[in-house]
Amino acid sequence: MLHAAPDTAQLREPVGTPAPRGELSAVLLGALSGPPFALPADLEIPGGDPLSDDDLHLALYLAYELHYRGVPGADERWEWDPSLLALRARLEERFERALVEAVPCDDPPVAPDEIDLALRGVAEADRGRSLSAYVEREATVEQVREFAVHRSAYQLKEADPHSWALPRLSGPPKAALVEIQADEYGGGRTERIHAELFARTLDALDLDSRYGAYLDRVPGVTLATVNLMSLFGLHRRLRGAIVGHLALFEMSSSVPNGRYARGLRRLGFGEDATAFFDEHVVADAVHEQVAAVDLAGGLVRQEPALAGDVLWGARVLAELERRWGDRVLDAWEAGATSLRRPLANAGA
Amino acid sequence: MPEHAPVTITPYRDGPLLVRGPVQLEDMHGNPIPVGRETVALCRCGKSRIRPFCDGTHKVVRFRAPTGAEDGRG
Ligand code: FES
Ligand SMILES: [Fe+2]
Ligand SMILES: [Fe+2]
Repeated sequence: MLHAAPDTAQLREPVGTPAPRGELSAVLLGALSGPPFALPADLEIPGGDPLSDDDLHLALYLAYELHYRGVPGADERWEWDPSLLALRARLEERFERALVEAVPCDDPPVAPDEIDLALRGVAEADRGRSLSAYVEREATVEQVREFAVHRSAYQLKEADPHSWALPRLSGPPKAALVEIQADEYGGGRTERIHAELFARTLDALDLDSRYGAYLDRVPGVTLATVNLMSLFGLHRRLRGAIVGHLALFEMSSSVPNGRYARGLRRLGFGEDATAFFDEHVVADAVHEQVAAVDLAGGLVRQEPALAGDVLWGARVLAELERRWGDRVLDAWEAGATSLRRPLANAGA
Repeated sequence: MPEHAPVTITPYRDGPLLVRGPVQLEDMHGNPIPVGRETVALCRCGKSRIRPFCDGTHKVVRFRAPTGAEDGRG
């Protein structure tokens, strides 16, 4: 597959109508293609693991995508359709309950000046196997391409879910979030937008950089990591959690991104492929301080009762990333694909 | 940032110095070191692979330093 280099001036419209992964996503996809109508209030919520179920997370992902770049072929009026929002709420409830079960919300109170230390504690307690170390030392080209496909579900809209928090903040934490997001959005320069840099990485790996191109290949365990950010970002009551999520995300970024870049160079890839990762080494060294101290600390200074939510949001991120990383590494160690279907070979 | 606002340099606890404001970074020969962003993190643990910038290695080496000034008597 060869893909024309993307023109950054073009509208990056989402592509590809996703295939259903079960009854619920089939009903939803069928409905989205026409004008809104009242979806039945008793559609059955899939009974699989709410932290990774394919049908549940595709349905939730599509419900959220209506608020981002849209779902190809969908009638845009579905975005605010009450019956769709009611379904989304039921999916969110199942997901959130499972998150609370997996990661209890039981942190003792933390002072604003200590929140960066508490977040660091969360980062250091994370004993997940290191995907980045694997990529640095031993991943094959095919595995690196799979890694990029997983990440494309988020990186092509990088930073957008956290931007939902902006209107919910004021004063110092708002300024801190803007300081971070300005960088994420390239300081106002299109070609420096982190999502655009990631599209370049996909191109360099001979992958399709169009938004949504690999949705069908990405498993529920990966979609859950993206749905998590939308859940936290779209609910004002979870503003502490989205802040904690961003803080831990930034705090666990510079070092792994350095490893990903070295892994790509080991495999012979050049600047086009590594620019995204190299940029994140430098940018996130700034962001981790701003996010932990100024954003999280600033929010907790204003609203001390949110300290627990901030730490919970961070712990939940670590938990879902660990589950995702395990799934990918387990598959690779078994010589299998980590995606729902393997990719065509590069250059094929 | 308006021109009259002072440049600030903030030591973050156990981490880098964050520099905010319009600054020019140069090597000792006067050659510019491109910065490319509004806020920069300068390594103060000495272990970064991209000095003078921070690359997060301070966490790996468990660098410890206060955010305020040290008095040299500790
Ligand atoms: S202060 Fe961050 S790497 Fe040295
Ligand atoms: Fe980024
Ligand atoms: Fe960042």
